[in-house]
Amino acid sequence: MITIDTISKKYGTTEVLNVPSIEIPTGQSFGLVGNNGAGKTTLFNILLDLIRPTTGAIINHDIQVNSSEDWKQFTGSFIDESFLIGYLTAEEYFDFIADLRGMEKTEVTTFLAKFDEFFNDEIIGKKKYLRDLSKGNQKKAGIVAAMMGNPQVVILDEPFANLDPTTQIRLKKIIKELTENREVTVLISSHDLTHVTEVCERIVVLDKGNVVKDIITSKETLQELESYFAV
Amino acid sequence: MISHFLKLEWKQFFRSSHWQKGVAVKILMAFFALYFIVAFLALGIGGYFILKKMFPESDPLELVNSYLVYAILADLIIRYLMQKLPVMNIKPLLILPIKKSKLVHYVLAKSSFSAFNIFGLFFYIPFAVVLINKGYNTTGVLGWLFLIITLIQSANFLNFLINKNTKAFTVISVILLSLIAAQTFNIYNVTAFGGQLFNAIYSAPTYAIFGLLILVLLYNLTYKQLLNQVYLDQAVSQKVIEAKSADLSFVDKLGDVAPFIKNDMRLIWRNKRTKTVFLMSFLFLFYGLIFFTQETYKNMPPMLMFASLFVTGGFALNYGQFIPAWDSAHFKMLMSQGFKYRKFLESKWILMVVMTTLLYLLSFPYLYFGIDIFLMITAGAIFNVGFNSLFLLYAGSFNRKRIDLNKSGFGNTQGTSATQFIIIIPLMLFPMLVFWIFNKFVGGVSGFIAVASIGVLGLVLKSYLMKFIEKKYIKDKYIMINAFGKEA
Repeated sequence: MITIDTISKKYGTTEVLNVPSIEIPTGQSFGLVGNNGAGKTTLFNILLDLIRPTTGAIINHDIQVNSSEDWKQFTGSFIDESFLIGYLTAEEYFDFIADLRGMEKTEVTTFLAKFDEFFNDEIIGKKKYLRDLSKGNQKKAGIVAAMMGNPQVVILDEPFANLDPTTQIRLKKIIKELTENREVTVLISSHDLTHVTEVCERIVVLDKGNVVKDIITSKETLQELESYFAV
Repeated sequence: MISHFLKLEWKQFFRSSHWQKGVAVKILMAFFALYFIVAFLALGIGGYFILKKMFPESDPLELVNSYLVYAILADLIIRYLMQKLPVMNIKPLLILPIKKSKLVHYVLAKSSFSAFNIFGLFFYIPFAVVLINKGYNTTGVLGWLFLIITLIQSANFLNFLINKNTKAFTVISVILLSLIAAQTFNIYNVTAFGGQLFNAIYSAPTYAIFGLLILVLLYNLTYKQLLNQVYLDQAVSQKVIEAKSADLSFVDKLGDVAPFIKNDMRLIWRNKRTKTVFLMSFLFLFYGLIFFTQETYKNMPPMLMFASLFVTGGFALNYGQFIPAWDSAHFKMLMSQGFKYRKFLESKWILMVVMTTLLYLLSFPYLYFGIDIFLMITAGAIFNVGFNSLFLLYAGSFNRKRIDLNKSGFGNTQGTSATQFIIIIPLMLFPMLVFWIFNKFVGGVSGFIAVASIGVLGLVLKSYLMKFIEKKYIKDKYIMINAFGKEA
């Protein structure tokens, strides 16, 4: 379970984020939606203790993220390309992350084999450094790396952006499978309302740092979101 | 249209990261540029008199002329290795309603003003002025200068025609080498022939027009070649190098720190700038030769200590001062992974210590200069291992400048801030001072022992000091994430 408690972030006098309270139960697939500058990435960065909140705290499975680092053991994330190491090949990158997350070599092989379809022969064995891959392929590598080492929490910022349609569909399947057993909590932000309503059972809409909607996904959700954003 | 281009150039220049660097770096860079300009100017102005004095028999202009052929060929080789056509700049302009021909002319015109074409002029122009002053035929000298300038410009375009073609490069190198060989083995008097050619221009300056013809021809050829290649998959493309993975599993023996060390080895080898740092550290090995061979320094032991520190410290100093900025591009990711910060720092420490030890082993030939010099190098190595490696790690926590590894290596000062200048004091001056005090007032080998002891002390207290350094890094984590996230 993740508890977001009165989190706010101010730069000077401008407040970019102000979230009174959100509780995300274990196993939930949680979607974050909002226009540019709504505070989605800021919230994720605070969740990962990459930015300090001005007020409040985030508790990730009983651990307050800015006072202990133990949450890192069970939290996988991919925010942007800066999470990749440009001068490594995809294999080397996966090995590096696997080492940090305590996975055995054989484990890595079986783990990556599960993503063969997702990679679509464009990642493994390409003899290319990550910096030379296309944006979409970089994203594929980053998303898979975020799922390494059996994390209980997976955080993905804009995972659908830059992916080709086939891969988008495959990613949706992967995310659904991940939350099937109600053990892994998945947090996703997206600009694509269709994808996010399809994958997430709960959707929070941010606008200029404030929570304006907190919806349990139903058949009407997509329409509700579309009419909200059609200003 | 032209004014648009000029405005873009202006903004590119003044908004480049160049100007957002610390004042100290700017001043240093300006000094370097100034140094070269002054050096060339001095040669240009003084060249006539120096040559006159050294070779009173011959005519200075004829002397210069006889070696111009080599200068031109050497210039081509340097250009081949270092000069790049500034073609990437036009990528954002390709889709705008501007004629391609205009873009190509713009790129070519811009290349005309590259430093490669300008620096030489600081020699040739004052040299020509002095010649005229000394009573040489004015039109003759002007014709000669005109030819030189057109040849420099021709070399500029010839270089782009060659366009990193290894075959052409080999041909030029072979020509240069065989000319030198022909000269040295008296097969053919190249120097005299080259001299006659340029002397002839001086006597009959109208023939300087040939230089212009060559220039126009080469410009047109380059223009035609480039015009056909202004496509994203041709001239305006970035080369992708095939990745080569070496097996680094032998590092796994080091346990927890192994993933970081493997990563750092790849970082060093696969990025231009780090590779330069790595290779330069072997050049630093020879630093001692400058000092140990000269009588002047024999009586200045602290200077010898200074050199000794550099002999083994090249890698630790050049690599260590930018920890952890080397990892700035993926710093956020590292900070969201579950590992002890200590391991990350430890891996950097091991890398510096291993490299210092390796350089120390390679410095054994310095025994030739006597046991004292060798003891000094040994003391320096111990100091580098024990004190400097830890101190550099600590100083690294003050680094706030991002380094983009994709940018070129040589002369790249990205990531440099006041930190880099201040740390020199404890790294270099402190051991020199310690050495000087003991050497002067206690004498014997006490100086070596004192410097080495500080190193040993560092090693003994390592785990305590590491804890302290780790705390500092963790405390500054957010500031570093924020600073490294900004475009350099």
